[in-house]
Amino acid sequence: MRLLFREALLSFRRAPLLSGLSVTTIAFSLFTVGLFLLVALNLRQALKGLEERVEIVAFIMRGTPPETITLASQDIAAFPEVKDVEYVTEEQALGRARKDLVEFRDAYRDLSVNPLPASFEIRLKDGYRNATAAAQVAKRLEGFSFVEDIRYGRDWVERLDKLRNLAGVVGFVIGLAFAAVAVVIIGVTIRLTILQRTREISIMRLVGATNRFIRGPFLLEGALKGLMGGLLSLVLCYAGFRLFRDSNLGTLGGLVFFGLDQMGLLVLFGVALGLIGSLVSVGRHLRDV
Amino acid sequence: MIRFQSVFKSFPNGALALKDVSFHVSKGEFVFLTGHSGAGKSTIMKLMFGEQRPSQGDVRVSGLALTDLSPREIPRLRRKLGVVFQDFRLLDDRTASENVAFALEVTGARRDTIPARVMRVLTQVGLAAKARAYPRELSGGEQQRVAIARALVNDPPILLADEPTGNLDERATRGVFQLLREINAGGTVVVMATHDLDLVRQAPYRTIELRDGAVVYDSADEAPEEEAL
Repeated sequence: MRLLFREALLSFRRAPLLSGLSVTTIAFSLFTVGLFLLVALNLRQALKGLEERVEIVAFIMRGTPPETITLASQDIAAFPEVKDVEYVTEEQALGRARKDLVEFRDAYRDLSVNPLPASFEIRLKDGYRNATAAAQVAKRLEGFSFVEDIRYGRDWVERLDKLRNLAGVVGFVIGLAFAAVAVVIIGVTIRLTILQRTREISIMRLVGATNRFIRGPFLLEGALKGLMGGLLSLVLCYAGFRLFRDSNLGTLGGLVFFGLDQMGLLVLFGVALGLIGSLVSVGRHLRDV
Repeated sequence: MIRFQSVFKSFPNGALALKDVSFHVSKGEFVFLTGHSGAGKSTIMKLMFGEQRPSQGDVRVSGLALTDLSPREIPRLRRKLGVVFQDFRLLDDRTASENVAFALEVTGARRDTIPARVMRVLTQVGLAAKARAYPRELSGGEQQRVAIARALVNDPPILLADEPTGNLDERATRGVFQLLREINAGGTVVVMATHDLDLVRQAPYRTIELRDGAVVYDSADEAPEEEAL
């Protein structure tokens, strides 16, 4: 084991330029992947904020008896799609309007009769925040005789669905492309190291080293390069993130960076890329040496 | 220890490198392989350490049949052989003792036994004082001694030497040859390919001469009673 590390590290010491170059290339390919993931992450975060606002509002006819409302509220809460139901009385509606719509505060204060209807505000469960589920719930709500009107912004919910799907597909494709590029780059640098060490490999063979033994240091080298590239790409991503956040574009606020587990995944991804790249390259080239 | 039985080897272009080569090397022997360049000496060496396979015929070394040896078994063969070349084949960025230790590390020897074993063989070849020198700091003869130490450190029963003195001056040649004789005296089979006929005449060892890929002379055939022993 110690030997394995010594041999792998030896190649860094012997070819610092080549090693540095390959770590940098890995870092930059992962940086691109990372930047895209950041965009996807923030897009998803933003969409999630929007998702939580997917809410169905059922306005209730004036004069509906409280017992009916209580019963109906229990019924609606029992729908499989529904997370919770909130009954908003006419007074509460007015209070909210006064608070939210500052411009009309004076107008609302002088009212002798409350013009706002009571309503049910229904939030959907996580998996049901899409156009189909919302439409289904709305249809069932229409069945209640005291429901005057239902709003859930159908177009908007549908567009949200499409955006989410598109973001998923684009992210997957671009991520895959960059991962492939990284594998090729790592493969090439490992191949260069192997060519550079042809003599050494033939001597190892001569004194009876097994192929497994010869392969070990190269695989470790690839994994180490992936690890370093991954860490470096995180630093680059963070720098890019800070730069963006502190610029004018970032004033939108609410931007998030990777969590610890996501950072770990990105680095792990780098290690996996390094390992795959060297595995492919070593497998093919050891036979020719 | 080594047996060639009707061995043919053809080059990729179809020309024959070896034609119907048969010989047998017993325990404790020292054998010269002689002949001009291209006569087939190196091909026989390569067949013996498994770098090439015979096109036809049977090659056995240390009880392993090399004709149908799988590539995975080649490391096993190499550990039973020590091989020395004209160009030494040392790793330039390692010291003499590291070069020798490398052969032990590669075979998975216990770490704590390595330094003692390395010093023992370096002492045997007379280079204990230069254990920490790099190949470029050593003379040709000294480099070849390091290569011999590396070949011996695994205690192989057979030592193959392909033109081991080809790059050395006369003095170094004598030294290296003397070392190989000592190694043989210790019981190791030594097969030495050389075109240095002076060297061959110096010593009373068996000589197999090759010409155009065929054995044209084997001193063992003239003394059949020796073969019987």
